[in-house]
Amino acid sequence: MKMVMAIIKPFKLDEVREALGAIGVEGLTVSEVKGYGRQKGQTEIYRGAEYAVSFVPKVKLEIAVDDGLTERVVETIRETANSDKIGDGKIFVMDLGAAVRIRTGETGASAL
Amino acid sequence: MAHWGRGAALAVPLLLGAAVGALMPSEAAAQVTATMDGANTAWILTATALVLFMTLPGLALFYGGLVRAKNILSVLMHCFSIACLASVLWLVVVYSLAFSDGGPANQWIGGLGKAFLAGVGPDALIGDIPESVFFMFQMTFAVITPALVVGAYPERIKFLPVLMFSGLWLIFVYAPVAHWIWGGGWLAGLGVMDFAGGLVVHATAGISAIVLAKMLGSRRGFPNELRPPHSPALTMIGAAMLWVGWYGFNAGSALAANGSAGMAMVVTHISAATASLTWMTIEWIKFGKPSLVGIVTGMVAGLATITPASGFVGPAGALVYGVLAGMVCYWAVGAIKHKLKIDDSLDVFAVHGVGGVLGILLVSFFALPALGGLGLAAGMTAGKQFGVQLLGTVAVVVWSAVFSVVIIKVVMAIAGLRASEEAETEGLDLSEHGEREYNF
Repeated sequence: MKMVMAIIKPFKLDEVREALGAIGVEGLTVSEVKGYGRQKGQTEIYRGAEYAVSFVPKVKLEIAVDDGLTERVVETIRETANSDKIGDGKIFVMDLGAAVRIRTGETGASAL
Repeated sequence: MAHWGRGAALAVPLLLGAAVGALMPSEAAAQVTATMDGANTAWILTATALVLFMTLPGLALFYGGLVRAKNILSVLMHCFSIACLASVLWLVVVYSLAFSDGGPANQWIGGLGKAFLAGVGPDALIGDIPESVFFMFQMTFAVITPALVVGAYPERIKFLPVLMFSGLWLIFVYAPVAHWIWGGGWLAGLGVMDFAGGLVVHATAGISAIVLAKMLGSRRGFPNELRPPHSPALTMIGAAMLWVGWYGFNAGSALAANGSAGMAMVVTHISAATASLTWMTIEWIKFGKPSLVGIVTGMVAGLATITPASGFVGPAGALVYGVLAGMVCYWAVGAIKHKLKIDDSLDVFAVHGVGGVLGILLVSFFALPALGGLGLAAGMTAGKQFGVQLLGTVAVVVWSAVFSVVIIKVVMAIAGLRASEEAETEGLDLSEHGEREYNF
């Protein structure tokens, strides 16, 4: 099992969710996060004065998937979250040691 | 009346004499048999409520939205507590200093005869409205003026010095200047035109704001590392309340329910709308995006600038006032913040000080009937009036600056001014007031 963590632009969230649903992802977790990358934040202008906003709002997805599906999930996110502009985000893939469905006690891939 | 604004009602009983009688024979005659006018009284009661609404909650929200989330309560607290303190001081002594007869010193300051409203019963009249109503109406101006200065020092000042400065400032800056111009003092005698407070309110507040901002020092991170305003929506809501309240401020300053009040309302509204569009357009061209904070700041600039002229200029003049207010105040904001590098945090001087003085100086010309105005006083030319306006401005600016410095030195010696680095970083809401606005 893998944990796929993707940091994407907030306006791409619905599109990514639908695309992941279409390839068989059963569930995911979303958080509103802030951060910066190579872009180093952005600036906003109030009353003619520039304010540096060092952390830009993003959405973080966390998706636990079976090994066989991992590559397709990563590829799907990369395609749908891509706007070809700076700040589109990152995808990280980590090994997942265990998974438990709380209600039934199922473990492993059947808990996903 | 129209030539003098609201000073006129008071100037007559105070300066009752040949000179005033010659200038305004009809008013002087009316004073002799003055009776209470219900229509005028009803309007000034209403206008009083409108002007208090400008501070609570209008100005408080306008300023509150512009600071960071960790300081909003401190700003609301500043505005609210100043409103309470100014009200009490107004009753105790400031009203008397501003508006009662000062005897031999009357050119400079009123007396103590009306401290605690001594001798002012329900039948006492100022002009043709009850003195209690006049007292309350003028009080709301004394409330908002020190509250305007809040914009100079948020996010880094301790609370006690806010109260001390505001109280002393009302006594030593607001009371004398109000007396000079509206209370029958020397500038009223010279014929200074300040219908609703370009000098009395906006210039005094603006000058004292920049002096205090300079002496207090900048917020940590100014000018390059600051965080943006935390709630432009609150700022817009507060600004909209200010606009509504300003009807009472300017049209109420006619002290009557009449055509002068109506025209003051017209020009007030047009100047606000025009200055808003002007500011928005400048930002749109310069930065590619018209901003909400920008358009509402333009509105305040347009309102502050038309304030001294609102009983004197016509609708066409108001359009010009609006355009100039937007352009000049926009320029002033950048000049103060980026060239002088003074952290007058919410631009009190650039918007109120510069706008108020601009309006005071321009009125000499835009009051001329040739430019659509309602005319100057008999025997006045635009040039002569401009000289009087300029003299008034210099006097008010110098007085406000000097006494602000003295007051701030006193407050510094007694209570200190600046919150600790830790308190500033944590935010004044928690460090000074023990509360926080947003509990998620």
